[in-house]
Amino acid sequence: MSKLKPGEISMGTTIMAVEFDGGVVLGADSRTSSGPYIVNRVTDKLTMVNENIYCCRSGSAADTQAVADIVRYQLDQYTAQHGEPPTVKVAASLFQEICYQNRSQLMAGIIIAGWDKREGGSVYDIPLGGSLHREPFSLGGSGSTYVYGYCDKTFRRGMSKEECIEFVKNTVSLAMTRDGSSGGVVRLAVITKDGVERHIIPGNQLPEQYTG
Amino acid sequence: MLAQAEHQQQSAAGFKFDNVKRNQLLTGKGFKQSTATKTGTTIVGLIYKDGVVLGADTRATADTIVADKNCEKIHYLAPNMYCCGAGTAADTEFTTNMVSSQIALHSLNTGREARVATAMTMLKHHLFRHQGYIGAALVLGGYDITGPHLYSIAPHGSTDKLPFVTMGSGSLAAMSMFESRWRPNMSRDEAVELVKDAIEAGIFNDLGSGSNVDICILTQGNVEYVRGYSRPNERVEKEQSYRFPRGTTEFYVTKTTETATAMDTSA
Repeated sequence: MSKLKPGEISMGTTIMAVEFDGGVVLGADSRTSSGPYIVNRVTDKLTMVNENIYCCRSGSAADTQAVADIVRYQLDQYTAQHGEPPTVKVAASLFQEICYQNRSQLMAGIIIAGWDKREGGSVYDIPLGGSLHREPFSLGGSGSTYVYGYCDKTFRRGMSKEECIEFVKNTVSLAMTRDGSSGGVVRLAVITKDGVERHIIPGNQLPEQYTG
Repeated sequence: MLAQAEHQQQSAAGFKFDNVKRNQLLTGKGFKQSTATKTGTTIVGLIYKDGVVLGADTRATADTIVADKNCEKIHYLAPNMYCCGAGTAADTEFTTNMVSSQIALHSLNTGREARVATAMTMLKHHLFRHQGYIGAALVLGGYDITGPHLYSIAPHGSTDKLPFVTMGSGSLAAMSMFESRWRPNMSRDEAVELVKDAIEAGIFNDLGSGSNVDICILTQGNVEYVRGYSRPNERVEKEQSYRFPRGTTEFYVTKTTETATAMDTSA
C-alpha cells in the first residue's frame, strides 16, 4: 500500500453513508489540506458517478479524482450500451477493479452509495487494499476513528430518511471537532428513486455538542 | 546507421531513469545535485462580476539566486484562456505549451471555442499520468460559452474549482488578502485592485516572490494582458556617482610615439 508522496494534496477526511428503506444518505466534511495548510475549505467530496450513484472520496485528492473520473466515464458507457442506468453494485465493482489492480500505487478510500430499482438504497465500502464490503452504514477517512463508538451505539436498522440525515449530520460534525484534518462545512446528499437532494450545513449551524 | 539509431534514441520524448540509482548513491555520499530553476512564486486568480482576473509576480529563482527579475508566469493557453504557472519553470512552460497546441487542434476539429473544463481535464490527465514528477502547480482561468471559470491544479493532478485561488510559495500571503477582502460579484476595478494587492503581499512577504505584478483580465470575447501592471521595485537613481573625476590619477611624463604615417589614397 502506498504512502502520500511529499507535497501531495490529501483529504484527511470524514466521510460516511447510511442506507434506509428507499435510499441512502451520504455525508462528508469539506477540508482538503497539504501538510498543515488548508488548500480548500469548501471541498465537495461527494462526487456523482451516475444519475443516482455518488461516491465519498478519502485519501489522495489526485488519486480519488482520477478514479472517480474513470468510473464515471465507464458508467456513462454502460448506460448508453444497456439503455438503463447501472446498479450501485456495478458501480462499486468498477471502483473495486481499479482500486485493487492499482493498490500499490493508489491512496484511495472510497464509499459508494446510491439507489437502483433492483436493490433500492445500498452502501458499499472500498478501503485501502481494494476489498469490497456491503454494509448498512459505512465510515471512512481519518476522522472516522473518533466516531465508530458513537455510530455503533446510535445506529439502528430501519431508521427513517429524516433520522438518517440527523445521524449523518451528528456523526460528521462530532468527527470534525475531534479530527484536525477534518472541518469546514458538512455536505449531505440524499439519494432516493426521485433523485438527489443536496444540503450544506455551515460551520456555525452544526448540531450542539461539547466543545471544551 | 549506428549514429542515426543513437540519435533517434536520444531525441525520444519522456523521462529517463537510467541515473536514478547512481544519483542516490552519490547523494548518499554527500554529493550535491544541481537544481532546476523554480519559480518560487505568487500566482492568483479571482472571479468577479463579468469575468476572471489572473495575477502573477515576475521573479524566477535558482536556489538562492534570482535567475530572472522579470519573467512571464501567465501563459497563453487559448484565445479565451490563460494559465499561471508555479513550480519548476520548465515544466509549467512545456505543459502549458503542449496543452495549448492540443486545444488549438481540438477547436479546429470541433469548430468551436474550447471550454475551460476541457483544458483543465487535459492538464490534470497529463500531470496525474506523471505522478507528480512534472512539478507544475497551475491556476487556470478562462471565459467560455458557460461563463467565467477558475481552477487550481496541483502537480499530482488534483483540481479545485473555487471563486478565488492562490498558489506557489507566496500563496499564504496572497490568500490572506483574498480571505479578508473577497466578496461575491465584485466590480472589475475592485477585482483588479485586490489581485494586485494579493500579488504584492507575496512580493513583499515571500522570499521566493518579487519584482513586478503581471495581470490578465478575461471577459466575454475579450482579453487584456497587462505586463507590469504594478512595478513596486523600480530601481532608483544612485545617490552618488562611482565615476572618478578627471585628474584623479597623477602623471608626471607624457610621451607620444608615431606608429603609422597617413597614406595618400586620393589618387
